[in-house]
Amino acid sequence: MNHEMELTMVKGNEALGEAAIRAGCRYFFGYPITPQSELPAYMSRRMPEVKGCYLQAESEVAAINMVLGASAAGVRVMTSSSSPGYSLKQEGISYMVGSQLPCVVVNVQRGGPGLGNIQPSQADYFQMVKGGGHGDYKMISLAPSTVQELVDLTVLAFELADKYMSPVGILGDGLLGQTMEPVRFPEMSPELPYRTGALTGAKGRAKRFITSLDLSAEALEAHNLRLQAKFAEMKKNETRWEEYLCDDAEMVVVAYGTSARICRAAVDAARGLGFKVGMLRPIAVWPFPNEALARLAERGVAQFLDVEMSAGQMLEDVQLSVLGRAKVHFYGRLGGLVPTPREVLGEIRKLLGGEAK
Amino acid sequence: MSPVVTHYCPGCSHGVVHRLIAEVLDEMGLRESTVGVASVGCSVLAYNYFETDFVQAPHGRAPAVATGVKRANPDMTVFTYQGDGDMAAIGTSEVIHAAVRGEKITCIMYNNTIYGMTGGQMSPTTLMGAVTATTPYGRGPEAGMPYRMAELLAQTPGSVYVARTHVADVANIVKTKRAIRAAFEAQQKGLGFTMVEVMGNCPTNWGLTPSEGNKYVTEEMLKVFPLGVLKDTTKEVAS
Repeated sequence: MNHEMELTMVKGNEALGEAAIRAGCRYFFGYPITPQSELPAYMSRRMPEVKGCYLQAESEVAAINMVLGASAAGVRVMTSSSSPGYSLKQEGISYMVGSQLPCVVVNVQRGGPGLGNIQPSQADYFQMVKGGGHGDYKMISLAPSTVQELVDLTVLAFELADKYMSPVGILGDGLLGQTMEPVRFPEMSPELPYRTGALTGAKGRAKRFITSLDLSAEALEAHNLRLQAKFAEMKKNETRWEEYLCDDAEMVVVAYGTSARICRAAVDAARGLGFKVGMLRPIAVWPFPNEALARLAERGVAQFLDVEMSAGQMLEDVQLSVLGRAKVHFYGRLGGLVPTPREVLGEIRKLLGGEAK
Repeated sequence: MSPVVTHYCPGCSHGVVHRLIAEVLDEMGLRESTVGVASVGCSVLAYNYFETDFVQAPHGRAPAVATGVKRANPDMTVFTYQGDGDMAAIGTSEVIHAAVRGEKITCIMYNNTIYGMTGGQMSPTTLMGAVTATTPYGRGPEAGMPYRMAELLAQTPGSVYVARTHVADVANIVKTKRAIRAAFEAQQKGLGFTMVEVMGNCPTNWGLTPSEGNKYVTEEMLKVFPLGVLKDTTKEVAS
């Protein structure tokens, strides 16, 4: 691969790997699972070139715990997986949130439940957005829809993880991971020192320990309240979304990631037919752009069409944002099937009466 | 060691093993460059007692966490402190693969053949016939048979030093310290994975007095868990 600042054709999974390295990530712990396997393979090739460490763990469980250890030691670190493997990582993610340790976790979603299949899916929204692991926690989850955005959000993910001292998720899917597109990479980050407060040996200072345990209920409640205050800060500062042709829209399609890419084409086609349709695309699925959706509903958008590669998970957040002020419809494909722009356009026409205005 | 009272039950030997590790780190001048990894179980609060940096791992995952610490900062001396439930049940995979990779860490397993923190349940190392909270009629073969973690790790190519000792009498406390020192010395030389399985008591959950407990260690447990240096290839590996 060409590492210069020019446009290069890269596959999503590999672009993510290079972006992580550009962001100063020198530690990657992974485990093979389709459809994200190009990412660990890329890291295994690239890490030695930048004096970093690629290590193939014996399981996803071990990988996330290696991430926990490396993060405690004060370095930028990442792991990646796909749906079944991401399920296994959630114990470690919960511990890292509780221990206030940063990392980046990638979930290149595939069809489920269970072993499912290796086709693209968006059925892991609940486990990324609603917590997933045990305990009261939230995790910033970024959902890119193009390979360039995957690169940009990967860099952002590392910055946010360090800023909030908490894991940050990147929610992709098999289609984005496999898509080749021209991208521009950022410049290489300078070498980073061990993070302040990390475990670097108690030399000339008091010992430090990092734990998520507190046997006193009062103290654990206080810890939880501090975490909740942090999540509120994230909600305030890190809500990210895109509005596309929403200004005069009577109907707004809501979609993220690969679905949003498909919906953009459907919205363009609908506009071509004279329908006043726009799209709201959450760039972060948590924190979710509730207020942006609420504003559209208040402004008179009469109908929302939520489109997902799932049975309707983000749908609940759309409904909660709109709160009955407009009709919320849903169109989804399951089991690894990807909706086509024609299908989405068909839904739009059906809902708007098939008549262009 | 930190000047605090431990939470361990009267007669428990965890404190003895903590002290041996701390003495070895002090004697080797490593206290200021050590990161310990606490496990889940009675020793979960180990970080309160050592004057070294510490991170607390999810149940069984200490060797994976230690791998992450060591890989991110190879200048650190990294050790895990785990019980038999943590290492030999839920954490079997993590410790075996840390050994397989020859991670330059030291894993200490305190084997008292029982889950202490959760109230005295059977562990994989519980002796046959032993009555515990979850083997009220005594451990029978349907619940499996005790297995030897140290032997398992000794036959793994990536390990360079593996020993089993006990801390039920003074002479063997001294031998345990020697084994712990040998393990840390091998780690310092960057030779590979090291492990010491220390047989210890649990008077509270065994329903025995501390001295009866120590007798159970030497008279019953050692029949199943033979003492000794099970592997020492440090000289071959170093040369």
